[in-house]
Amino acid sequence: MTSIDVESFPVEGSDSGPILEVNDLVTSFATPRGRLTAVNHVSFALDRGETLGVVGESGSGKTVLSRSILNLLPSKGLEQSGSVIFDGTDMLTAPKDVLRTLWGARISMIFQDPMSSLNPVVRIERQITETLRLHLKMDRKEAKATAVALLDQVGIPSPAERVRNYPYQLSGGMRQRVMIAIAIACSPRLVLADEPTTSLDVTVQAQILDLLAAMKAERNMSMILVSHDLGVVATRADRIAVMYGGRIVEIAPTKTLFASMAMPYTQALIGSTPRISQASHVRLTAIEGRPPDLVNPPQGCAFAPRCPYATEQCRTDVPPLVAARNNAAHLYACWNPLSGSGGTVSTQGGASS
Amino acid sequence: MSKPVLQVKDLVVNFKKGRSVVQAVSGVSFDVLEGETLGIVGESGCGKSTTGRALIQIPPPTSGTVRFDGEDLTSLSRSALRKARTGIQMIFQDPISSLNPRRRIKDIVAEPLDIWGTASGEERTNLVRQMLHDVGLDPDLTEDRLPRQFSGGQCQRISIARALVMKPKLLICDEMVSSLDVSVQAQILNLLEDLKARYGLTVIFIAHDLAVVKNVSDRVAVMYLGRICEVAPSDALYAEPAHPYTQALLSAALEPDPEHAHERITLSGEPPSPIDPPSGCRFRTRCPYAQERCASETPELREIRPGHQVACHFPLLSGPAT
Repeated sequence: MTSIDVESFPVEGSDSGPILEVNDLVTSFATPRGRLTAVNHVSFALDRGETLGVVGESGSGKTVLSRSILNLLPSKGLEQSGSVIFDGTDMLTAPKDVLRTLWGARISMIFQDPMSSLNPVVRIERQITETLRLHLKMDRKEAKATAVALLDQVGIPSPAERVRNYPYQLSGGMRQRVMIAIAIACSPRLVLADEPTTSLDVTVQAQILDLLAAMKAERNMSMILVSHDLGVVATRADRIAVMYGGRIVEIAPTKTLFASMAMPYTQALIGSTPRISQASHVRLTAIEGRPPDLVNPPQGCAFAPRCPYATEQCRTDVPPLVAARNNAAHLYACWNPLSGSGGTVSTQGGASS
Repeated sequence: MSKPVLQVKDLVVNFKKGRSVVQAVSGVSFDVLEGETLGIVGESGCGKSTTGRALIQIPPPTSGTVRFDGEDLTSLSRSALRKARTGIQMIFQDPISSLNPRRRIKDIVAEPLDIWGTASGEERTNLVRQMLHDVGLDPDLTEDRLPRQFSGGQCQRISIARALVMKPKLLICDEMVSSLDVSVQAQILNLLEDLKARYGLTVIFIAHDLAVVKNVSDRVAVMYLGRICEVAPSDALYAEPAHPYTQALLSAALEPDPEHAHERITLSGEPPSPIDPPSGCRFRTRCPYAQERCASETPELREIRPGHQVACHFPLLSGPAT
C-alpha cells in the first residue's frame, strides 16, 4: 500500500460504464458489546446521470454505506471488505493522497446537519473558495467571483454580501444551500446527499430538493439520495434501494418498486407511512417489534422476526438478492416474495448468497 | 353537539430576548370539543409548541384566557392550578429524556399517584400494571427495569402510561412521534387512537408533519408566525384549503408515491422573524396573492363554510362560500 506511487494511481475514469460499483461491501465496527456489522454484503452499480434513492429506518446501515463509499469512516475498530469502484478508483484501497484529490472535486457529500458541517468561525466565502483554489487551482479573485456565482445559482439572495457572513448568520435552509454550493463547486461526477432535508421545514425541504435536482441535471452529475423518508425519494430517484439490518433487501426502478414490491418489509414501510391523500383516521399498518440488533443479528432474514409471512427457512437461511422473473432490474432478497410482485418464489441457487 | 372541554381566547405569549420581544403567540383562540382530536400544524417557529405549553401555564401566557372544564387556568392560585392540571397531561417529543433515567418504570408511571395520594399499596401496583398492559407492554418484563433498557418507541409507550394513569380528560401531544422511525411511529399513532376510544380522551396533537396530523385529527388548525390562519375538519382542510399558506404547505408535502405529480406552489424565502413580524397579515410577505389591504389590516378568523374558519382577506374559495 505504501509503495503505491500517487502519480501513477489511476484516477482518470472513462465516460462509459457505471460511475460507481459497490461489490460485496461489508463494514463493521468494534463496540463494547462486540462487532457491529453496519453494512452487510451490499452490492449495486450506479449509472452515469442516475439518481439512486437509499431508504431505511435508523440503524439500517444507509449512512454508514454512504460514508463507506467515500472511505470517510474513522479507522479505529473499523473493518471493511469488498470494493467500491468510483470512476475506476477503488475508494477502499486508494491512498489518502489520492482520496484527497477526489473528495470535493469528483465525489462530494452533503450532510444532514448544515450547522455542524460548516466551520462556524470561517466566513462562507472561504469555505467555498477553499475547494475551488485547491482542486481547480483558481486564484483568489477568480475563486471569489465563482463563489458569488455559486451562491447565486443555489438561490441565495444578495450573494455578494452573503459571502461575507458566518454560518450562524444564515437560517437552516440557507446553510443547506451553502452546503450544496460547496458540494457542486467543482462539478463532481457523483454527489452523495445524506438526509439533506431532514432538519428542514416542509416548504424549505421542497425548495432544497428542487435545487438538488436542478443542479444535478445542469451539471450532469450522478446522485445517491439517502433518506428515512419514502416521500423524499419517491419523486426524485430513478431507482430506490431499500435497506434493512445492513443489507439491501430490495432495489428496483422507482415506479416498479411502488407498483410491485416483492419484499414484505418494503410493503410494511410504505403501509406504515401516513399520507395526506388518505382520509383522516385511516388505520396504519404498523410493523410490530423493532429493528434487529446488529451486534447479534437474527439468523436468516433480518426481517423474519417481524415478518407476517416468515417461514422456517426465513429463520435459518439468509435470502440472496435475486432478480424478479419478469424484470432483471428488480432485485429482492426474500424467500416468500409478495404475490403480484412480478417476483416468484425464487428457486434455490437462483443466485449466489 | 359536544361541549368544549377547553376554550382558549386571545392567547398571547411574548418572550424577552435581549432588548427585543419575541412575539411567539399573538392572539390565538380556539375551542377543543369533548372527545375530539384537534391537530395543530405548522413549521418551526410558528408557535405551535409554545401554544401547547401555555395551555398548561408553563410558562403562563402574557395575556388571554384558557378555560378548562369551566375554570380559567390563568387566574387560578398555584395550588388550584396544580390540582386542575391533573386533568390535562402532556407527552413530549423526546421520549427518552422525558423519563428519569434512574427510576424504575413502575415508579415513573406511579409518580402522579404518589404525588396526589390517589392510590397506594396493591391498588397502586395493579393500576400501574394495568396501564403498562394497556399501552402494549408486558408488565412483568417492564416494571422493574430502567428507561435506558428500552427503545424510543417503548419509552414513548411508558410516557403515555404515565400520562394516562391520572385518568386525564385532555391529552396534549407535542411532536410525540417525530423522533421515531416510521414503522414505530405507526404503532404509536394506532395506540393513541385505541387509547383515545378506550379512555374517552380529548386530544390536542401538535406536529409539523401534515400527513401524521391528518391521520389522527378530527379538526386541524394551521399556524403561521404566532397566529392561526385556518381551522377546519381534517378532510375539508386538506381537500379545500382556503388560506394561501395552507395551500402552499400542502403542495410542498411529499407523498410516498411516484405518481404523485402535482402543481407545487413554491414559497419564496423563509418565515420572517417573530421579533419584528410584518404588519397586517403575517403571511403577506410571502403570499402570492397579497394586496395593499393585507399590510394595513389584520385578518380575523371568520367562518367561510360551516366549521371552516380562515384568517385571510382573500380566501381561496372553490366551493360555495357564505
